[in-house]
Amino acid sequence: MTMNPDKKTIIVFSGDLDKVMAALIIANGAIAMCDDVTIFFTFWGLNALRKPKKVKVRKGFLEAIFGAMMPRGTEAMGLSKMNFGGLGGKMMRYMMKKKNVSSLAELLKSAQEMGVTLIACSMSMDVMGIKKEELIDGVEIGGVATYLGSASDAGVNLFI
Amino acid sequence: MAAKEINARSLQCPGPIMELFKAIKASEPGDEVLIEVTDQGFKKDIQAWCTKTKNTLVSLDESGGVITARVRKG
Repeated sequence: MTMNPDKKTIIVFSGDLDKVMAALIIANGAIAMCDDVTIFFTFWGLNALRKPKKVKVRKGFLEAIFGAMMPRGTEAMGLSKMNFGGLGGKMMRYMMKKKNVSSLAELLKSAQEMGVTLIACSMSMDVMGIKKEELIDGVEIGGVATYLGSASDAGVNLFI
Repeated sequence: MAAKEINARSLQCPGPIMELFKAIKASEPGDEVLIEVTDQGFKKDIQAWCTKTKNTLVSLDESGGVITARVRKG
């Protein structure tokens, strides 16, 4: 397999506002430069794909706890540093709005509209008790081979 | 030739290149797009964008904080 300079993959492992934002800006930028982009969300990154409203699904007790303790969707995420119990996140969002920077939700939506491939890691979904119904539409479920298959001939592979 | 004009002033990265991408995609080879941007990173971005997407940067000007780029498809 030769390296394809027009293909990019990104693993989003982090569930922080600033880190997911970096990933989505890069993804949108890459698509705007005619790239085929795949984003693989795993562990804390899965939270970026959760619907903002709680979805009624059958879960075990620990799974429910996990789900309740983690941010539900991009707009609920905090900063990786200086979060100050949520104040940092609010400050960042305020500055972003003031400077006309797109929100994470807007960036995710535009990436989807422009044809990004979103894959949710099945294993970490299982471990953290996140069910498919809790994720936004347009997400495929895959395992590590799905990611590696895409990454093997991609020109750039990022772990965020 | 009348160029399609995009006012991307006050749009933040990656907004300007996304708008340019959509406009060029909707154009025919040889068509030109004129884009006005205030994002200062765009000056370098536009050159990289044209090289990567194989489009031509016809002109790049800056005046009063506004960067104006004329891009030809192909």
